Parts: sequence; C-alpha cells; structure tokens
Amino acid sequence: MDIALLLEWIVKSAILLLALVTGFAYLTFYERKALAKIQVRIGPNRAGPGGWFQPLADGLKLIFKEELIPSKADRLMFVLAPVITVVPALIILGVVPWGDKVTLFGREISLTIANINVGVLYLTAIASISVYGIVLAGWSSNNKYAMLGGIRSSAQMISYELTLGLSFVGPLLLAGTMDVAKIIEVQKELGWFIIWQPVGALVFWIATLAETNRAPFDMPEAEQELTAGYHTEYSGMKFALFFMAEYIKMIAVSAIAAALFFGGYRGPFVDQIPWLGPLYLFIKVILLLFGMIWVRATLPRIRYDRLMAFGWKILFPLALINVFITAVAIVFEVLWLIPVLTIVLTAIVLYFSRQAIGRR
Amino acid sequence: MFSEIMRGLSTTFRSMFEKPVTIQYPEVKRPVRKRFKGRHQLHRYENGLEKCIGCSLCAAACPADAIFVESSENSDEERFSPGERYASTYEINYLRCIFCGYCEDACPTEAIVLGDQYELSFTNRRESIYAKEMLLVPLQEGGKPTPQKVEPGMFTRSVPVMKDPMD
Repeated sequence: MDIALLLEWIVKSAILLLALVTGFAYLTFYERKALAKIQVRIGPNRAGPGGWFQPLADGLKLIFKEELIPSKADRLMFVLAPVITVVPALIILGVVPWGDKVTLFGREISLTIANINVGVLYLTAIASISVYGIVLAGWSSNNKYAMLGGIRSSAQMISYELTLGLSFVGPLLLAGTMDVAKIIEVQKELGWFIIWQPVGALVFWIATLAETNRAPFDMPEAEQELTAGYHTEYSGMKFALFFMAEYIKMIAVSAIAAALFFGGYRGPFVDQIPWLGPLYLFIKVILLLFGMIWVRATLPRIRYDRLMAFGWKILFPLALINVFITAVAIVFEVLWLIPVLTIVLTAIVLYFSRQAIGRR
Repeated sequence: MFSEIMRGLSTTFRSMFEKPVTIQYPEVKRPVRKRFKGRHQLHRYENGLEKCIGCSLCAAACPADAIFVESSENSDEERFSPGERYASTYEINYLRCIFCGYCEDACPTEAIVLGDQYELSFTNRRESIYAKEMLLVPLQEGGKPTPQKVEPGMFTRSVPVMKDPMD
C-alpha cells in the first residue's frame, strides 16, 4: 500500500460523505417540493431563487437552536444516541460502487470505497446498527413517549430486518456472489434483477420503508400518538442528526436497491464512458426516492398491530416463498419460472391477506 | 389491498399535474368579499366635506369600546362637515376592535364604513391607535380639503335628507 492509495481512499470517502450530506439537505427540499406538487401546492419558494437555499436556511436555524438535555436524562447515552444513529447511515454506502474504473491523473481508480467480497453482508450488518441509536435515544430521554417510540422502533426494525435480509438473498442467489460490484456485473448479462425478482424487489422496497421509518411505517415517530417518538426530547443539532440519519438512510437504501435490482451504475454506453456510471446511479436514486415520497404522500400510517401482522404474516412468508422459488429455479436452471411463480403466489397471498392483518 | 393501494398511488400521481392552488400572497392578493369587514374608513361627500358629524353614536355602539370621538363646533369660516359639529378627534384602537360592524350600523350619516383593508400590523400599542387622518379616505376629484370656507346657510343640515325612509 502506498501513500497515493491511502490518499485516494481518503478523497473518495470525503466525496461520499460530502455527497451524502448535501444529498440529505437537498433531499429534504426535494421531498417538500414533490409533496407540494402532489398536494397541488407550490412548496418552499422563498429562500433564494426557486427556494433553492431553503435547506441552508433550515440548517442555519437548527444550528442556532438551543441544545436541551432533560435534567433526568442519561447524559452520556443522550449525547451518544444521535451519533450512533447517523454513523451507520453514513458508512453504509461504502460498499456500493458508483461506477466502474476510471483513469485520473495517470492512475486507475475504481469508483468504490471498499470493494469487499461480502458486501451484502456488510449492508445488512450496518443497517441493523442504527436501531441501537434509536432505542438508546428513547431510553435515555427519560420520557415515556420517547421510550414508547424507541421500543416500537426496535420491534418494527427487528421484524422487518428479517424480511429485508431474505429479500437480499434473491439477487445473491442469481449472481452467485455477495460482492456488490459483481452483482452489478452479472446484471449486465442477465438484465436487471427486477425482471427476475419482481416480488423480491417489492418486498425489499416495503421492508426498507419500514427500516428507514418512512410513511406508512413511521410508527416510531407517530406524531399523533407519541408526539415525536424517540426524538421528542431532542433539539438543535442533535435533532438534526436524527433527521439527517433518516434522510441519508433513504438515499442509502435507494442506492442499494439500485445496485441489487436496477443494475446499479449500469446504463447505455457506460462501458465506453465510465463517468456516466455515477450519473446513472444518481438518476436511479432520484427516481427511487421519488417512489418513497410518492408512497408517503399516498398512504396513511398503518396501525401498530397491523404493521406487525403485515410484517410477519404477509411480507415474511412472501420473502420466504421468493427465496424458495428462486433457489429451486436456479438449481433446475429454469430462470423464467421465478417471476411467473412468485407473482402468482404473491397474488394468492395478497388475496387472503385481508384476514391475516385483521381487516374485514 | 393491492388494487386499493395502486388506485391511491395513481390518484396522487395524477394530482401532480394539476395547477397549484397556492396564491403567492404578498405579491398576488385575492380580492375580498363584498361584505368583508376590514379596517374602517371615514368617508367624505363629493365636495370634500367629511360625513362624520362627531355624534359619538359609533363609540356608544362599540361593544369593545375601541372608538374614541371628541367633537368641536363647525363654523362657516372653518367647515369640516355639514351641520353644527364635526369630529375633532377620531381614534380607533385596533387592539380592541373586533370588526363587528356595529359602528357602521349606528352611524346616521354612513360616514364610518368597514373597508377592504386587512393588513393591520403594528409593533407597539401606540401604533395600534389609528387617528382620524389615517382613517379618512383621500379626496375625490373635485373635492376640496377640509376645513373649507363656505357661504353661510349652505350646510345647515348635519344628516342628509333621506330619499327613501325605508332605505
């Protein structure tokens, strides 16, 4: 390892961090604008031309707000919790490539920070850390609403994590590797995995909505029931960190979804011009994020018992069915059976789903 | 469940292409309704004389005690309004006013009318009191500013003759 390689890593990490933090700021703006559009409004348009300085204004406001720590709070945990939440969100994208190799300053640079061969395992491992931050935040605030939010969050995340892990298995089996870069390479020949794993992608999508605490699964921060859930007692920059974690996680899961199901950075002419890779990834992430915002604008929050019932009685069996069919089809080399069978079985499960989640 | 969700998603997606209903308020203002009760205006006759005769009926009718009127004698040398007296002081405290419109009903000369102005903001209590000069409407074309020097015996009646008593 030489100094240049070390420098390369530092520069790449800095670029990723910068991209994520600006991405967070402008994702809030994007979300507000898109929600406004859906709700037949205009959205923020006062700060700067077209409202483009709105995230800046929000950030400045949060920095100058008073940092309040409740007197009966567990101070160490209270301060540590937002950090524990935000760090996994920042590092999770380390294994997702943003492009192929490019030549810059006479060096061949691969546009990945860490190209580890168990990348998908890393993703699942890091994704589950952030729940600690949320639970600790709820516990250390010494507030019953925060506590309830934290407990709900942990229960929800653990339930949906299983499904999330299982939905990773489909692309893994198809690609035959855990290396994210190789999974993307395989999609060059096989076509995007969403063709082979439509149900897997859907299950992944729903599970990530629950993982990132997004509507309609934003139970931990259900305003009407829990004031603000686990971050009730947080203010100023500490609150901003939770906010940041949620939005960066949104970007992260969108990038992961793009890598696993939508061909990652791949697109037309990406082999000739490797710089197109990050652009394609960016476009895919933007579209997937729009999906999240769209779902938020459409669906009401589901009741907590139904959330659990949906997770365990519908989504989890669906993920299991998907893994089973994928595995069998790969063994017998009849790939076309996967989408057909999974969609048919999903339709059957959804038909009987009303009873399962307790709706008449 | 699935079809309902899809229907919901299509509804929200279609609403994205509708024209926003937002009115960009400080730049674009929606006209107020015909019977809107905004800030008061003290009206004038066509010749520029004030309609207000300083009778204090509005102050008596005001449930919030927001109006303060002091009247003085008119003379033909210095005439503000028809008749004997005019309002030398006319103040409305907008921290008290509840915009009920009783003053408008009480006025015998239709001098005080609740207008269409609703942008009333002030930063201290003194500014909340609107004096007569702020409430009086500007002069119409052909009107002369008050006080006017008029010929004697022209404006002896303080309340105008009503054409239709039922009006």
